[in-house]
Amino acid sequence: MDMLRQFGQDMLGPAVFMVAATLAKIVCITLPLMLCVAYLTLLERKIIGWMQTRLGPNRVGPFGLFQPLADGLKLLLKEIVIPSGADKWVFLAAPVFSIAPALAAWAVVPFDDGVVLADINAGLLYLMAITSVGVYGVVLAGWSSNSRYAFLGGMRSAAQLISYEIAMGLSLVVVLMVSNSLNLGDIVNAQGKGLFAGMGVSFLSWNWLPLFPVFVVYMVSIVAETNRAPFDMAEGESEIIGFHLEYSGLAFSLFYVAEYASMILCSAIASILFLGGWLSPLGCFPDGFHWLAAKIFIVLVSFLWIRATFPRYRYDQVMRLGWKVFIPVCIAWMGVVGIWMMSPWSVWK
Amino acid sequence: MSSMKEIFGSFLLRELFGGLAVTGRYLFAPKTTVRYPEEKIPQSPRFRGLHALRRYPDGEERCVACKLCEAACPSMAITIEIAPDENGKRCTTRYDIDMMKCIFCGFCAEACPADAIVETRFYEYSAESRDALVWTKDMLLENGERCEEQIAEDLGRDMKYR
Ligand code: SF4
Ligand code: SF4
Repeated sequence: MDMLRQFGQDMLGPAVFMVAATLAKIVCITLPLMLCVAYLTLLERKIIGWMQTRLGPNRVGPFGLFQPLADGLKLLLKEIVIPSGADKWVFLAAPVFSIAPALAAWAVVPFDDGVVLADINAGLLYLMAITSVGVYGVVLAGWSSNSRYAFLGGMRSAAQLISYEIAMGLSLVVVLMVSNSLNLGDIVNAQGKGLFAGMGVSFLSWNWLPLFPVFVVYMVSIVAETNRAPFDMAEGESEIIGFHLEYSGLAFSLFYVAEYASMILCSAIASILFLGGWLSPLGCFPDGFHWLAAKIFIVLVSFLWIRATFPRYRYDQVMRLGWKVFIPVCIAWMGVVGIWMMSPWSVWK
Repeated sequence: MSSMKEIFGSFLLRELFGGLAVTGRYLFAPKTTVRYPEEKIPQSPRFRGLHALRRYPDGEERCVACKLCEAACPSMAITIEIAPDENGKRCTTRYDIDMMKCIFCGFCAEACPADAIVETRFYEYSAESRDALVWTKDMLLENGERCEEQIAEDLGRDMKYR
């Protein structure tokens, strides 16, 4: 590795080499991510199918394994229709706005101890900031389509995302309090210490147990943040179809990819903040990336499971849950944790 | 106290976990999907599929050209034209069933005094043009020859109820 670095620096000069190396790393993160997105769509259809005692896609390739490729190809070959009266540039930029944050956020996600693209100290802040940008994609798509239904979908999801962002932000504040750092790597490492970790059952000292109410709030908020059922107001296919009503072909598929990419992202963040990231659940196993992958997978499956189970909320219920339940709970637990940390029973020393 | 319990229960998502448990069980339940071209669902002897015109064992057409089926058809899918044949017997010169109109009600088979028009168990006759979905007399007769064994068996099983 060092030899490679040395060779590269000699060949390209330090500045160019750094750009090239970063680009290579970005490709190494994005390509597998896109593959995961493709197969997440298949997994979703399979799991929902199984839960409805169906088989799910099974025609393209063995067990339907080539289905995502066929879907992608189909969307690629379709025409991108731009409605008359639409604001053309905004219309075309909106899908990019929604997918870019879902990819950019991966820059600060640590895959293992020290394995991260940008090891910045304000990682959590960066995450909060960059994921909020995603809402612009939705709003702009709804606004520029020149369609009432798309507009309504955009408005709904703007209100919803902003409400749940507050609950999410407050729950992150609690995590931040107990781990004393904004760096995601440090947050994970902080979870590996504590009373239970000393006894070898470290999964009990991860944040999810002492911060349980906040964990619940966060898990529900990420479902709402990614516009997934039962919070898929923005789509609401039974009433308004949603903000991407007028999109077709590749532009539509970008929204789709963005949704699944941000699902994977939110699962990764949840695993890092509350489920101990790459730490192994029992002291006797070595830590490593596979634990993170397993946790992400479990959270993702629960996303799909939730979608297969619950009907959609009514819109005022969504708002009530966000403002009247989650935000007070987060603020209350913030106080509780503050007192707890100062008391002699603190588990975070 | 009970309201405390309620708040606690709803925060632990008790009812929601109940719902998740149901779908979780179904994840492993046996699947009911029929993989159509490889598997087919069982058919009743009264299955109403594509029509067939039948012949007597000596090869004579059963149809006596009474036009009862045409009259009975609620969707006017049957078109019949009649002329005497060389022996002076009434005979259909044209017997078309428009499968795009037909609703497979079976009234034609019920109306027929000679059991000439029947519905078979065959249903895989999709076509790429409208013209190909209008079944003419020759095609119906041919279908009758192909399915005669099955038709006779099914009619026999139904006999005691008629
Ligand atoms: S099955 Fe019914 S609709 Fe079809 S041809 Fe016979 S009578 Fe007409
Ligand atoms: S098929 Fe039956 S009902 Fe129809 S014209 Fe012939 S004999 Fe009459």
